[in-house]
Amino acid sequence: MKPVPFDYVRPQSIAEACAALAREDSVIIAGGQTLIPMLAMRLARPACLVDIARIAGLAGIREEDRAVVIGATTRQTEAEYSDIVARRVPLLAKALPFVGHAPIRNRGTVGGSVANADPAAEIPLVLVTLAGTILLRDAAGTRAIAAHDFFLGPMMTAIPTGAILTALRFPVWVGERIGVAFHEISTRQSDFALAAAAAQVSLDADGRCLACAVGIGGATPVPTRLDAAVEDLIGSTLTDDDIRAALAAAIDTVEIMVDTHASPDYRRRAANALALRAIAQARDAAGQVRQGRA
Amino acid sequence: MKADLNVNGRAVSVELEPRTTLLDCLRDHLGLTGTHAGCEHGICGACTVLLDGEPVRSCLMFAVQADGYAITTIEAVAPAPGELSIVQDAFCETHGLQCGYCTPGMILTAEALLRRIPDPTRADIVNAISANICRCTGYGQIVEAVALAAKRLAGSNMPRALPPGEGA
Repeated sequence: MKPVPFDYVRPQSIAEACAALAREDSVIIAGGQTLIPMLAMRLARPACLVDIARIAGLAGIREEDRAVVIGATTRQTEAEYSDIVARRVPLLAKALPFVGHAPIRNRGTVGGSVANADPAAEIPLVLVTLAGTILLRDAAGTRAIAAHDFFLGPMMTAIPTGAILTALRFPVWVGERIGVAFHEISTRQSDFALAAAAAQVSLDADGRCLACAVGIGGATPVPTRLDAAVEDLIGSTLTDDDIRAALAAAIDTVEIMVDTHASPDYRRRAANALALRAIAQARDAAGQVRQGRA
Repeated sequence: MKADLNVNGRAVSVELEPRTTLLDCLRDHLGLTGTHAGCEHGICGACTVLLDGEPVRSCLMFAVQADGYAITTIEAVAPAPGELSIVQDAFCETHGLQCGYCTPGMILTAEALLRRIPDPTRADIVNAISANICRCTGYGQIVEAVALAAKRLAGSNMPRALPPGEGA
């Protein structure tokens, strides 16, 4: 297999990259783990690849007061083994091992996964579940887009032409008893998720739910938060029955993807089951945090 | 376009089209045909090489992206011509290969795993090689081979070799 011929440029700064992107039919390459198969099969036929992988300042993991900011070209492996991510965005740490296989994560970037917007992708699901933010830069300047406004459909995002995704901001919750869980189902290990669910739960001293974030992906055209279910769960003790009832009401209104890999009915049931499992496990993990500190 | 690469500890300069994958560069320009071309779109792992000691798909990378990395191919694994590394020897002993197509990728994946985790659990081994497809063995003997290699490396009483370009 061989891609169509293209030019390859490696700008040294974001401004240079924006200038290079102004050329017609130019595309960004960072990790290339999705783009290169597309090129090999000639599903993509760009005139120019703009390699942003070595632009200074685009990679790295930074702590803010209530957030962790991950540079777009940070390799998925680096985030997977990051102490900062493990400590402050544990939900992302749980999800990262599900992203492709290890050799893919050694090259693939955190920002690339979000810009690609595959419905089965784990990093976008975590970003939407935690109500994160996507940071962009173009010739005019910088801007931020909320995750729930960013994913428009399968492989479609709100990135304007000529703009570069520069970083992702993951909110950090504050609390003593926070638990997370991530589950997905696929036909083979590390294959594309038919359904996935992410949950983060914060409990008070009596085990009542102070805050809860639940998202599903794989089954839906874009990562989807189950906010209707969350409203019912705040203040409850998150018994399995509480969770089951809250999900039952919420899951029916979600738009489910239709393709050849699984029926919509299966995907809805799988997403429901995985969300139930994720919330219950996050609840138990939050309980263990207090026991550990008592 | 020129690519300045560090392959198996040797600096090479190659003139090629930007669309040339690292895989094709290694095989067609540098004659290192031990790296196998399988699916050529990132699924099978036959083309695995080590980049700064960690496994990557050489079909999912263009040669012009690979400057500045220490690239290790299967040709650099044996300690001397005609000899086998401990991992290669373990694959022979446990019948961890049949047709041999996936083997270079499996060996490099195992070498990287054992450098990171000297005493891997069965789950560690399965997780590592899950990135590589084998159509002959059913994987059982490959898992055995990696476990045997781990045991022998632990008992070899030798300093663990670093990949070319790392360390001194």
